[in-house]
Amino acid sequence: MSLTIFNALVAVVAAIAFAALNAAYLVWAERRGAGRIQRRPGPNVNGPLGLLQPPADGLKLMAKQLTIPGGADKALFVVAPVLAMVPAIMSFVTIPFSDTIVAHSMNIGVLMLFAFASLGGLAILFAGWGSRNKYGVMASVRAVSQSISYEIPMLITVITIVMITGTMNLKDMVAAQAGGFWNWNFFPSFSSPLMPISFLLFFVCTLAETNRAPFDLGEAESELVAGFHTEYGSMGFGLFFMGEYANIVIGTSLMTILFLGGWNCPFGLYPGVWWFLIKVYLLIFSFIWIRWTFPRTTIYGLLNLSWKILIPISLFNLLLTAGLLKVF
Amino acid sequence: MSGPIHIQPGETFTLNVGPQHPATHGVLRVKMEMDGEYIVKAETVLGYIHRMHELMGENRTYPQVLPNLSRLDYLGALGYTHGHVLVIERAAGIEVPERAEYIRAITVELNRIASHLFWFGAFVMDLGGFTPLMYAIEDREYILDILEAVTGSRLTYCYYRFGGLYNDVDDDFISATRAFIPRMRKQLKKYDALVTGNIIFRKRLDGIGIIPAEMCRKYGATGPVSRGAGIDFDVRKNEPYSVYSEFDFDTPVYHECDSLARYKVRMDEMEQSLRIIEQGLDKLPDGPIMPKKKPKLIKPPKGDYYQAVETARGSFGIRLVSDGSKNAYRFKLRSPTYSNMSLFDEACEGMLIMDALAMMGSLDLVIPEIDR
Repeated sequence: MSLTIFNALVAVVAAIAFAALNAAYLVWAERRGAGRIQRRPGPNVNGPLGLLQPPADGLKLMAKQLTIPGGADKALFVVAPVLAMVPAIMSFVTIPFSDTIVAHSMNIGVLMLFAFASLGGLAILFAGWGSRNKYGVMASVRAVSQSISYEIPMLITVITIVMITGTMNLKDMVAAQAGGFWNWNFFPSFSSPLMPISFLLFFVCTLAETNRAPFDLGEAESELVAGFHTEYGSMGFGLFFMGEYANIVIGTSLMTILFLGGWNCPFGLYPGVWWFLIKVYLLIFSFIWIRWTFPRTTIYGLLNLSWKILIPISLFNLLLTAGLLKVF
Repeated sequence: MSGPIHIQPGETFTLNVGPQHPATHGVLRVKMEMDGEYIVKAETVLGYIHRMHELMGENRTYPQVLPNLSRLDYLGALGYTHGHVLVIERAAGIEVPERAEYIRAITVELNRIASHLFWFGAFVMDLGGFTPLMYAIEDREYILDILEAVTGSRLTYCYYRFGGLYNDVDDDFISATRAFIPRMRKQLKKYDALVTGNIIFRKRLDGIGIIPAEMCRKYGATGPVSRGAGIDFDVRKNEPYSVYSEFDFDTPVYHECDSLARYKVRMDEMEQSLRIIEQGLDKLPDGPIMPKKKPKLIKPPKGDYYQAVETARGSFGIRLVSDGSKNAYRFKLRSPTYSNMSLFDEACEGMLIMDALAMMGSLDLVIPEIDR
């Protein structure tokens, strides 16, 4: 019994450490990447290559006072940033980084991930509503309608994958894609010829789910100042910020597991955690790349994209896959 | 003032956009009556940085006012000082040497490109794309360096004098400007590929933010705003001043009336400005830059004078009423952004806030120039 508690503790600490470190250093990577794209150095003063910038930023944020605006809903205002960060960390528990490195392998891993992902939308709603700021309310309403409309095509795509692999355990899903890259779900097979399109769809949905550009309507700085976290300073803001990056890691991990064969090597050699991390960070780089290249969409453009394009495509793909699975 | 805000369906609320808001690019305040994301009514509130430039123009001597004119619009300052020196020269009957006129045209056009470049970056940033701003600023830096070398300042130029210029251009200026032209042409192609063809960018501007020609006429909008609405009017072409009648250039006009049309007008104008600079450098005559005979004290004869110039933002007019003394009796500035901004209230009614702010970006507002 004590051993299981110890194991759980280690897992939780490891998950928190991984999430926090990633969040901190993805900010650094994002700023360096933005610098490269915009022909400027980016942070390069603190430490070699500016690597000490994230701890400095963290210290600064922690040293600041957390101000609660007058008339704000105190409970919601304080709970919201925690609610943004905790589900993000909890999601790491089910993610299998390799055959052996997984905190807790569950048979309903996919379901749990999505349950936690939905809580993120709630955090944004609480933050915007609780801070008693008109920009905040508008932003949170946007963000919630966004996360609802993008969870649907995302989940339909996941159902397609679940039908192909026949399991909801993330570990077994990766195991089903073992061997060379032709076994990955990304590549079309007899039963699912539309898989590359599904991946693209899932990619777009992940961008929208994590409130990343070009879908960052919840914090559209040119019209809504800072969106739902307008009134947040100090570590309240810091938690939102870290939560956003932790969510990106989870989104890209999920993409890797569902489509890109998790920890499997493309050529069947030396499978291991490194392959998983390489794939995840390549996907994260593409996120950064997109953010600093595209302008922001409109809210109606975003909803139209989901309801008129992504959902019909994903439904069609689901029906096609179901039919083909029956035939073959 | 207790508890969160309650917004009932059908009920409107007031949203204060500004005076400190990222989209207004300055201290402009727009009081918006909102129904959800839709604007029911908007009211622009001005006067946050009113500095009484017109009154200063009446209390100071003519040369003393000259630096004030470059504080109107910090992005395209040369166009405004150009208007001022032109009206004084017309009033006092001062002859300007040809070389000075050509250098004025070249520097004004350089400044226009710099202003449009900054607008381009800021506009795309309004739409959520941050990177083009950095590219545009890098190109603008070349122009600022070129202008700094001859004028001595980077933004608030005071380069023109009544009758000529403060100092002559050197070979460095000419070679740097010649090198800049092909570079800028290449960059404009790059911007076209990076921004104009972007599907998100087009979807946000195409057919959105309609400002029809009637509305432009009603509010007196000029410059790229009216040219985007199909009004073929450019002071440089229609009422040529300085040496603009010697140059061969086109006035880009688009008839779509939307934000994208205004964007295209400005992008095409940069190309036309490059053409003017190219021709100006080819034709640049030798000679003095100040007239031989110039009155020590400028005292225009009694009368009413008006001069309009085409600045980066539109038609800028100065009306000067002189009573024959060393100060102006009346010094009235007609600034283009003031008229361009006035139509915002009417044009944005019923629009979504993000489209309305994209339209505001396409108007190219410079707030110190509105408030003067």
